[in-house]
Amino acid sequence: MTPPTTTPATTTPARPGTFVPAPGAAPIARQVLTQASMEARLMLRNGEQLLLAVVIPVIVLLVGVRGAERVDLEYGVETFAPGVLALAVMSTSFTALAIATGFERRYGLIKRLGTSPLSRTSLLGAKVLALLVVEVLQVVVIGAVALALGWEPDASVVGLLLTVVLGTSAFASLGLLLAGSLRAEATLAAANLVYLLLMAGGAVVLPASAYGSFGDVVAWLPSGALGEAMRSALDGAAVAWRDLLVLAGWTLVGAAATARTFKWE
Amino acid sequence: MSEPLSVGGADSLADGAVTVDGLVMRYGDKVAVDGLSLSVEAHTITAVLGPNGAGKTTTLETCEGYRTPQRGTVRVLGLDPVRDRRALLPRIGVMLQSGGAWGGVRAVEMLRHVSRLHARPLPVDMLVERLGLADCGRTPYRRLSGGQQQRLGLAMAIVGRPELVFVDEPTAGLDPAVRRTVWELLEELRTDGVTVVLTTHYMDEAERLADRVHILDKGTLVASGSPLELTRGGSVATIRLVVTQPFPPGAPASLTAALGPATEVTQLDAVSLLVTGPADGSTLAKVSRWCEAHDVLPESLTLGQRKLEDVFLELTALPETT
Repeated sequence: MTPPTTTPATTTPARPGTFVPAPGAAPIARQVLTQASMEARLMLRNGEQLLLAVVIPVIVLLVGVRGAERVDLEYGVETFAPGVLALAVMSTSFTALAIATGFERRYGLIKRLGTSPLSRTSLLGAKVLALLVVEVLQVVVIGAVALALGWEPDASVVGLLLTVVLGTSAFASLGLLLAGSLRAEATLAAANLVYLLLMAGGAVVLPASAYGSFGDVVAWLPSGALGEAMRSALDGAAVAWRDLLVLAGWTLVGAAATARTFKWE
Repeated sequence: MSEPLSVGGADSLADGAVTVDGLVMRYGDKVAVDGLSLSVEAHTITAVLGPNGAGKTTTLETCEGYRTPQRGTVRVLGLDPVRDRRALLPRIGVMLQSGGAWGGVRAVEMLRHVSRLHARPLPVDMLVERLGLADCGRTPYRRLSGGQQQRLGLAMAIVGRPELVFVDEPTAGLDPAVRRTVWELLEELRTDGVTVVLTTHYMDEAERLADRVHILDKGTLVASGSPLELTRGGSVATIRLVVTQPFPPGAPASLTAALGPATEVTQLDAVSLLVTGPADGSTLAKVSRWCEAHDVLPESLTLGQRKLEDVFLELTALPETT
């Protein structure tokens, strides 16, 4: 064992020349990866975020499947599994991202990064990458639980990938819109409220057809489009172009509004 | 607007590490910076002083590229901080007054993160040791003390081996030993060729560290020079007079009359006065004769150089505390 290092906070001057300037930005790929891995780690380290990302979706899946069996509902695990995966994508790319970004603004982190070599484009890229990393973990955990419940997916890999990517971009742009214009506490409250409302009434977990005539409306919501696209991809191996187009539309609307309103501090 | 008091060599706007020329910044009706021109020589420590609202932070943030000049020009290392932002940012380090990290990130983790965004960073362990951050290395940022956050902020500003660092009140709230550590670090940076621009409220900090001081007030430059040049201020000295019993009423006026128009008398409290005037022996003798004539018993009579603080207070005309 090495002896304990009790170096006091004092004043051994460094060798002359230690601080001679040698400025330079790291390669952009390394900057983005550094930032993305930090953001993903912080997201997974945070208890509330983990609750939102994994625990709540798994509970919804278990309660939904078991509950439906008991009351003889027409929906089984083949409906709930894609619905809960859509819920997981929504919780990460919307709620978690909005809350994290809101507090980053509050704590001056975004201002601080504004004078680092990391550009705003790279920062956004890193955020998306971090979201995708967390979503892969979510898909693995939730998928495993669903398989254990007897799920036999009939999947289109292309449909799944397009759904995750477009769902993430649509909700991320809306999450950033929220985080960039409200105070951190207001963002926290609004992001959670919207999440609960969409979980209950947004055709994420259950198909739009379960909502009766109201279903025609909710299918146009980003939550409805994400849920429908996910069910098409995993329960019927189809690519739901209409729903993907709706998600792309929300992405454009959200990104344009965010670009106009986002305040970095 | 009066002409800034400039002592020492004339500023060359052409080849400074930072040049600000005719900068104007307004927020609504409020003028934050009002035609400011100043320059910072490379490889020096330059202090920017001024009362709250003098325009220090606005000026600094314009140099850092956060704000676009509404009028005038700003050049940092010869670059336009807004237009050439991407080229400039890796070459400068910025220490914010507060914040700048995630709440849940550990101190050393944050520093390592910032270091990885740079091409040739300083060794993180060395900085951690130099700034006494080892003990709190695994503490989440939000649980760090103000002083620890401050030191981490400084470490983040210099880890990328910048040519120029902007430090905003680097030792606010630090205990004396840690302040000294920070001062020594800033001096080492200068020795190694880094240009340091700092804002501070501590006059002793500017006096000890700065090669050059710019004093701002109401968005303009009111004085600039080395601390020595500013405090010498011609042949002005101060005499501090402390007496055993409270002064009789009208004492400042009668003392001013006795000393002549070149001197200025400020009553500091019931038993002490500050005389600012020509630094010669006769002033001291006159003060002593005045005491005798007015039956005032001096407890102490001290002749002193002006401190930078005196210059600062005179120039920025803060409300007098009498």
